[in-house]
Amino acid sequence: MARALINVPQQAKPGEIIEIKALISHPMETGFRVGHNGQLIPRDIVQTFICTYDGEEIFKADYSPAIAANPFISFFTRATKSGDIVLTWRGDNGFEASETVHIQVA
Amino acid sequence: MMETRRIFLVRSAGLVALAGGVLAGGRSQATPQAMAALIAEIAAGREIKKGKVTLDLPPLIDNGNAVPMTVTVDSPMSERDYVKTIHVVNEKNPQPHVIVCHLGPRSGRAAFSTRIKLADAQTVTAIAEMSDGTLWMDSASVIVTLAACLEDIL
Repeated sequence: MARALINVPQQAKPGEIIEIKALISHPMETGFRVGHNGQLIPRDIVQTFICTYDGEEIFKADYSPAIAANPFISFFTRATKSGDIVLTWRGDNGFEASETVHIQVA
Repeated sequence: MMETRRIFLVRSAGLVALAGGVLAGGRSQATPQAMAALIAEIAAGREIKKGKVTLDLPPLIDNGNAVPMTVTVDSPMSERDYVKTIHVVNEKNPQPHVIVCHLGPRSGRAAFSTRIKLADAQTVTAIAEMSDGTLWMDSASVIVTLAACLEDIL
């Protein structure tokens, strides 16, 4: 399981715009680099990042090899009601990581 | 004729440039043409206007392996008027794609930040597609001292 750092406010007022920041450990190997044996190092990247809030998809990003290693993303959403925010990363070689944070909206 | 220092330097610079060109020739590299083709694909015949989008990139960066980038789009992000997608493309990495972000009226603020790799000093372009189908763009040029993506592990 890849290590992920997530920053979401624990509490928010209804309608408030909150910032979600997420960082995951991943090499993001581009597939264009040459290794010790002169062979290309195969590509190994995170392809998609999806964020759902209370089951509804609120943000999605398609990554390319041009995203830096240990991809960081920060984006905004409007807090509507208390619920779970689920962040999912999927990538090459069956990579999948998911993290859940709870937000209290009152 | 005695070779002056100036002539020698000019000639050496020419040789270095030539060698660089030959070495770089073997690599796969996205060209401004590849970027133009990708932009044409995103536009799909529609006009891309300058404005509304702000692409924030440092003008000079030491290490191309992690370049902080922020894209902000001026939009009310309401049910009727919001940003659907933000594309970021580059002209000199091996591939023109950088990132595609899908947003919606729930986003509240049309902005995101991430860190990208840049293989060379180049121009990066961000294109935002609005809910009404219009396209807006912004470009930023970055000077990269240490390039990413192509360096070999030695």
